Amino acid sequence: MHSLNEVGKYSSLLYQALRSSTEFGTYRKNLFQELVKVGYDSVPIIILTGIFTGSVMTLQSAYQLQSAFIPLSTIGAIVSESILIELAAVISSLVLAGKVGARVATELGTMRVSEQIDALESMGFNSVSFLVVPRVLAGILMFPVLYIVASVTGIGGGLAAGFFSGTVPPSDFLQGARTYFYPWNVIFGFTKMFVFGFIITSVSCYKGYYARGGAEGVGQSTTNATVLSCIFVLLADFILAALLL
Amino acid sequence: MYSWLILYSQHCCFNMIEIKNLTKRFGDLLVWEDVSFKVEDGETLAIIGRSGCGKSVLMKHINALLYPDTGKVLIDGRDIHALDYVDLRKQRQKFGVLFQGSALFDSINTFENVAFPLRYFTNQTEEEIHENVMKSLTYVNLEDSANKETSELSGGMRKRVGLARAIVLEPNYIMYDEPTSGLDPQTADEINGLINAMSETFDVTSIVITHDMHSVLEVADKVAFLDQQKLSWFGTISEMRNSNHKELIDFVSASEYQIKAG
Repeated sequence: MHSLNEVGKYSSLLYQALRSSTEFGTYRKNLFQELVKVGYDSVPIIILTGIFTGSVMTLQSAYQLQSAFIPLSTIGAIVSESILIELAAVISSLVLAGKVGARVATELGTMRVSEQIDALESMGFNSVSFLVVPRVLAGILMFPVLYIVASVTGIGGGLAAGFFSGTVPPSDFLQGARTYFYPWNVIFGFTKMFVFGFIITSVSCYKGYYARGGAEGVGQSTTNATVLSCIFVLLADFILAALLL
Repeated sequence: MYSWLILYSQHCCFNMIEIKNLTKRFGDLLVWEDVSFKVEDGETLAIIGRSGCGKSVLMKHINALLYPDTGKVLIDGRDIHALDYVDLRKQRQKFGVLFQGSALFDSINTFENVAFPLRYFTNQTEEEIHENVMKSLTYVNLEDSANKETSELSGGMRKRVGLARAIVLEPNYIMYDEPTSGLDPQTADEINGLINAMSETFDVTSIVITHDMHSVLEVADKVAFLDQQKLSWFGTISEMRNSNHKELIDFVSASEYQIKAG
């Protein structure tokens, strides 16, 4: 019963956000700020995540495929395809659930418990349009951009790890990556990031917007936002793989 | 003929708040029931009662931040809870609200907090916005603090900035939620002085939520006493002084004792 109530409130918030998305004047300024916070400010952590993910993939693949019958280019193919199809999107999103999701839930939660959201509504603002719409839009728009960053740095990191460890020469790595490159995999990755961006920002907005209590309540809503975002990202990953691959 | 009647009725009820048979529950918990009273144009009503009796909940019904289970709140003769969201937002712009914790936006500084409603609800130029913000800040004696971050402000200063933001759009109504709570007696007196000045200067209809009897005696024309989940007593300040209502006398006496003891 409690879960049904939560789903109802979440759906209602999304419906309000959809209806108020036409009030561009209300959230224009906030949207640009959120694009920077969600996108630009996340680039360093995404670069770091991409480089280490690609590097570890290369080293582990080289360790597991030690055979004279397996060409070294296979490692490049495995690493680049794994990154494009799965790792760039999922690992980045799990990291962003912590960075973006926690920030969004904490900001809105603090605004709720300190009556700032009530103050907005009292002035005649549509608080959903002002606070929720720009954050969800920024997630939808910037997560696919961050996917590009994660993919490029992931493949770059894998290539560099192969070169510096002496396990895979760059020419073999790139040959494998080119041979097994399918544009559909990139479209699939973009689609996933679009969905994950929506899930993380909307769930975090919901948890923050309806936070209760004081500091403890905000902490609880932030924890719930991060955990639920991760669970729904993994669930959506499975559903999208089953539907689109 | 009909349109004249509407115009007449609207004129009749200008700046008037009427609460009719309001009842509110949170789940099984009854907050209060069958609450009815009127606040006439230009009056200041103090809503008093013990902590947790639902004073702030009642205030949030007046500008429809909360909805009642039964009953009506008529603002200028219109049931605020029956309005669609677009009309409700227009109606809310007639209210200035000073929240208990001031509810300042902590991501922007003092000047921008006061300028906030002007930027979104008016077409004023930067010069006009600057002039109006400084006028509001001067009114609450904070013209030197315009560039301060909200984290640098004391409790009393935060209340005054909240008040400056509440009056910057020149509202018809101002609601104050515990305006003097957590303040030292001198600062509380300054806030009481400002509430009186607002009523006199802007001729606004005001509602003050408080359990500070000193503040009630300073600012209110009428008093509504919430007790035992209902409107237990309603009347003017002079009627309150001469009342035989036991719970009201107990409440006022306890406050007076505190004032003397302090």
